[in-house]
Amino acid sequence: MSDKVKVTIDGITVEVAPGTTILNAARQIGGDIVPPAMCYYSKLEGSGGKCRTCIVKVSKGSEKDPRPMPKLVASCRTTVMDGMEVQNITSPEVIEARSGVVEMLLINHPLDCPVCDQAGECDLQNLGYEHGLQKTRYEFERRTFERIDIGDKIQLHMNRCILCYRCVFTADQITNKRVHGILNRGDHSEISTYIQTAVDNDFSGNVIDVCPVGALTDKTFRFKNRVWFTKPIDAHRDCPTCSGKVTLWYKGEDVLRVTARKDIYGEVEEFICNTCRFDKKKTADWTIEHPTQISDTSVIASNHYDTLRPLPVIQDNARLQEANRIELEKTTKF
Amino acid sequence: MARKLLLEHINVPDIHTFDVYRQKGGYRAVEKALKTLTPDEVVEEVKKSGLRGRGGAGFPTGMKWSFLAKPEGVARYLVCNADESEPGTFKDRYLMTHIPHALIEGMIVSSFALGAHTSYIYVRGEMMPQIRILEKAIAEAKNAGFLGKNILGTGYDLELYVQPGGGAYICGEETALLESLEGKRGNPRIKPPFPAIAGLYGCPTVVNNVESIAATVPIINDGGDEYAKIGIGRSTGTKLISASGNLVRPGVYEIELGLPVEEFIYSDEWCGGIANGKRLKATVAGGSSVPILPANLSLKLANGDPRLMSYESLSEGGFATGSMMGSGGFIAFDEDQCIVRNTWNFSRFYHHESCGQCSPCREGTGWMEKVLHRLEFGHGKMSDIDLLVDVSKKIEGNTICPLGDAAAWPVASAIRHFRDEFEWHVNEPVKSLDTNYGLANYAEPIAKAVSTEN
Repeated sequence: MSDKVKVTIDGITVEVAPGTTILNAARQIGGDIVPPAMCYYSKLEGSGGKCRTCIVKVSKGSEKDPRPMPKLVASCRTTVMDGMEVQNITSPEVIEARSGVVEMLLINHPLDCPVCDQAGECDLQNLGYEHGLQKTRYEFERRTFERIDIGDKIQLHMNRCILCYRCVFTADQITNKRVHGILNRGDHSEISTYIQTAVDNDFSGNVIDVCPVGALTDKTFRFKNRVWFTKPIDAHRDCPTCSGKVTLWYKGEDVLRVTARKDIYGEVEEFICNTCRFDKKKTADWTIEHPTQISDTSVIASNHYDTLRPLPVIQDNARLQEANRIELEKTTKF
Repeated sequence: MARKLLLEHINVPDIHTFDVYRQKGGYRAVEKALKTLTPDEVVEEVKKSGLRGRGGAGFPTGMKWSFLAKPEGVARYLVCNADESEPGTFKDRYLMTHIPHALIEGMIVSSFALGAHTSYIYVRGEMMPQIRILEKAIAEAKNAGFLGKNILGTGYDLELYVQPGGGAYICGEETALLESLEGKRGNPRIKPPFPAIAGLYGCPTVVNNVESIAATVPIINDGGDEYAKIGIGRSTGTKLISASGNLVRPGVYEIELGLPVEEFIYSDEWCGGIANGKRLKATVAGGSSVPILPANLSLKLANGDPRLMSYESLSEGGFATGSMMGSGGFIAFDEDQCIVRNTWNFSRFYHHESCGQCSPCREGTGWMEKVLHRLEFGHGKMSDIDLLVDVSKKIEGNTICPLGDAAAWPVASAIRHFRDEFEWHVNEPVKSLDTNYGLANYAEPIAKAVSTEN
């Protein structure tokens, strides 16, 4: 007997290490059957289980105990058992429950996407397009909060927050002196700093990257541009505090913002420090690598920055031209 | 007169003091357990007794104890859940106020059975007088050698602490209680792991209700078999019922499980009927979280047999025609009570008490509360009723802890059984503000009531 366990998700069998969660097993398969995750973050210990968007149906518990689980379970926190059978998008019950969760997440959300900096790379927006209703059934005033500046670089829009707790875990685990957490309870709970103390740790900027919605935004990028008008390019620099591997978001010649590199599930690959994020906004500070891979389904890809035409931005910039050499060659062939 | 086990000496003056309690045969169970039984034998007795958790879920206590992991060299804890805050339930407070030593004796016996050397009583923050009473009682027991090092010369050590909570309903959920006890925000943990494997400070922990722990005392005194003879079927023993609402004599009653609901409400030995000569309209059998039932279904099962006060009989018929034993918070409503207003009131409570950790409960409880508020105050629409059913379905079963279910069930059941009254509130927005819908057909024989259900 191998030390791997077999799990079947929507009819696709995969062998994973024992102790893997259903969500991570699904990610090993990839594609449409991966449950969406708003609060789970693989780099943050203890995250997950809260947003309930990743719920799936376990139709067979395991080889030994084939009984189905009585309730839908959060796939990000349920570990697989040998012989487990899971239904995600093949179960109408799951789709129904998930759309219920999305509706709940949206009833107090301001839906101010037109003025939100996160629009275009927002997990909640994607989820809303897939599962949301055309029209809300909620006819009451939404709860509102005042905007809070957390330090001079980060702004908190509590109205948009879905209380995923990711930023709390980030502050807890990446930075060494946590000063922010959750106040109050129920639908009045809010993310806040202790009497609005500024978060001024070297790594505090990462809360912006982990936020799945537009609740924590970069003040240096605030209202500068829509993300789909900017062009992401991977770059690096020798940074004494972090890995220095980032994505630069260009508009014309200017770097509008710097973020950590994200994988296909929107999770950062390596956390970056505040110096890289907020202070190094010149092309000269960075060694350019190549354009960032963006999924075709993303609205950012609609900008066609990696199509055959060389980008006008990089025409007279030798370093960027080098980074786009492949595209240039293709164009020449054309 | 029915048998009383927990409240036998409740009327003895000064029963809250150690001396009087001892004179009345108190702490016999500690002597018997520590001197003549092994921990496993105590667990076995509790298993034999068939005692079921008195906090609400009704999980067999003996079985819960036997699930406790016992790794070498790791401390184990017993935590008593005295965070009683369910609307309609006040039995634990009564027990702790009047016979605090019954709880302490139970704690010693249970801790011994589980091998715990440190145990906690987590008391809801609002119950300050009870906290003082318990602390005084613990000091008395310690003076008499029933707590501390080397209890009764048997070599067993136990320290017992009272911990006041912050007064949050959610901290009555066992994992939230443990978080709160550890000094953190009282958010329920995601299970698994269950507390029996990793609970307080990551150690194996058992969390039991006050009444369950106190019930171990008569079980050890008389033996588990003797205890199992009381009651009916799998509902063994006696149960404290907090009776409230429009009753002639509301209060805490100790009943033998299996007592007919009709007898409990109307008999002079118990609640003595509905106050002011009115008629019964509805009951909530086990605290605000359980489904509400109209009068006819409260007294009789769907097949016409009398409904009994037991775990099985109260839940007979599932959610279509049944309810649940819950924590024993029995609330009776007379013909002049408004079910819509009551449902709104319950819903307001859950909205206020939701911890805000997982989305369906955080957002859904507030939504239901707002819709019900609108219905009650004459701004409702007919579509609101179906909206409520739909929202409650979307909360139920999709949350981390049972608070979401507890918020959804009263609303869903009120609409299931009292839809006419909700519709009347929509159709008569002005009239419904100052008059009530009345009894309607809610007390009529069941065949008719069932046919009006959809």
